[in-house]
Amino acid sequence: MPHRGGPANPAADALRGRFGSAVQQVDVVWGETSVYVDGNRVLEIARWLHDDPGQRYDYLSDVTAVEYRDPEQPLEVVWHLRSLPYRRFLRLKAKLIKGTPLEVDSVWPVYKGADWLERECYDMFGVTFRGHPDLRRILMWEQYREGYPLRKDFPLRGRFSRAEQLRQALAANPEARYSMEELTIAQAFEDLPEAMRQRLASGEKTGE
Amino acid sequence: MGLTSPPAPRVVTHDPESQESWITTRLDFLVNWSRANSLWPMPFGTACCAIEFMATAASGFDLARFGMERMSFSPRQADVLICAGRVPFKLAPVIRRIWQQMPQPKWCISMGACASSGGMFDNYAVVQGIDTIIPVDVYVPGCPPRPEGLMYGIMMLQEKVKREKMADAALRNEMETDPASGLHIPPQAIDELSEPFGNSVHQTRSGL
Repeated sequence: MPHRGGPANPAADALRGRFGSAVQQVDVVWGETSVYVDGNRVLEIARWLHDDPGQRYDYLSDVTAVEYRDPEQPLEVVWHLRSLPYRRFLRLKAKLIKGTPLEVDSVWPVYKGADWLERECYDMFGVTFRGHPDLRRILMWEQYREGYPLRKDFPLRGRFSRAEQLRQALAANPEARYSMEELTIAQAFEDLPEAMRQRLASGEKTGE
Repeated sequence: MGLTSPPAPRVVTHDPESQESWITTRLDFLVNWSRANSLWPMPFGTACCAIEFMATAASGFDLARFGMERMSFSPRQADVLICAGRVPFKLAPVIRRIWQQMPQPKWCISMGACASSGGMFDNYAVVQGIDTIIPVDVYVPGCPPRPEGLMYGIMMLQEKVKREKMADAALRNEMETDPASGLHIPPQAIDELSEPFGNSVHQTRSGL
């Protein structure tokens, strides 16, 4: 199998035919196809890939982002799609120019599994997903104020002194882990302990 | 292993200058002997050290020989907090809470390089030694320590317990935290404890 080139995933041509200029570039690397698309039309494209009977990309296996070492390179958001009926793999990428707001469409309306994946991407890279129902930090705690750890301009040890980091971490209440948004599994509400129900019903915010 | 042999069992002597009577020293001996041989550990296992800890507790090495027959998974019935593995900042308030829930007398063993110093994880997410959160009695080095290493640390702790005096009330003082910051040692001390060392100093050699 060649490193670059070779037969592209048929979805690439289909996307070109349907979305035209929204498809910016198609790469085939080690037999896997990457399609660079316009970040403003990702939702539309994902919906078509999901619904079209000739594509049926019904499984979103990952949403992540890449920042390159060279500062002039744009940041890329990456979606890994898999079509279980056709056994095909497709990688969508959208370039986000640095210096502009890092925003793309959320694919949550199509793939509900994108919820936590996009939250992780937001947490680590600061990419905002428009239309995400509950875009909060997921790995770092909600009061985390040092920035986005996987960005290249983020110092490995963090921005604050160790004592300040520890002070902020210890200020968190280890029991205040659930927000009302998290409990939109509203059925679970009745099963919660009485104390927690009262706390949530009074509208207590857990983050700040 | 190049380690010095454990100190000889302490011979209880009567010092007429001190205020201790023969009764209290003998009582000390009895109480310390029973405490040292019935330490119930509270395992706080977060990483690979916990695997080694489980091996220590299992039949091959048999931690029960040291009176640690029962793993106390509830801090309120525990005597020794064994922190096995790295502690991220997100867990800092949790381990602090567990330590505060443990009744006196209590001791703490920091097992492995990560719990003792942050180890190789000199980054934004990991606490640089749990002694910045709670007081530690015994540090067990290793990555992870072999079961023999942990048992050596436990025997060191037993020696420490056997040297305690009931008359010394300061031994039972609860950790006092600064109400403003929640830290139990000065911030300068935390920064100094968290200073990078070894290869960790050169970790940003790419210049980014």
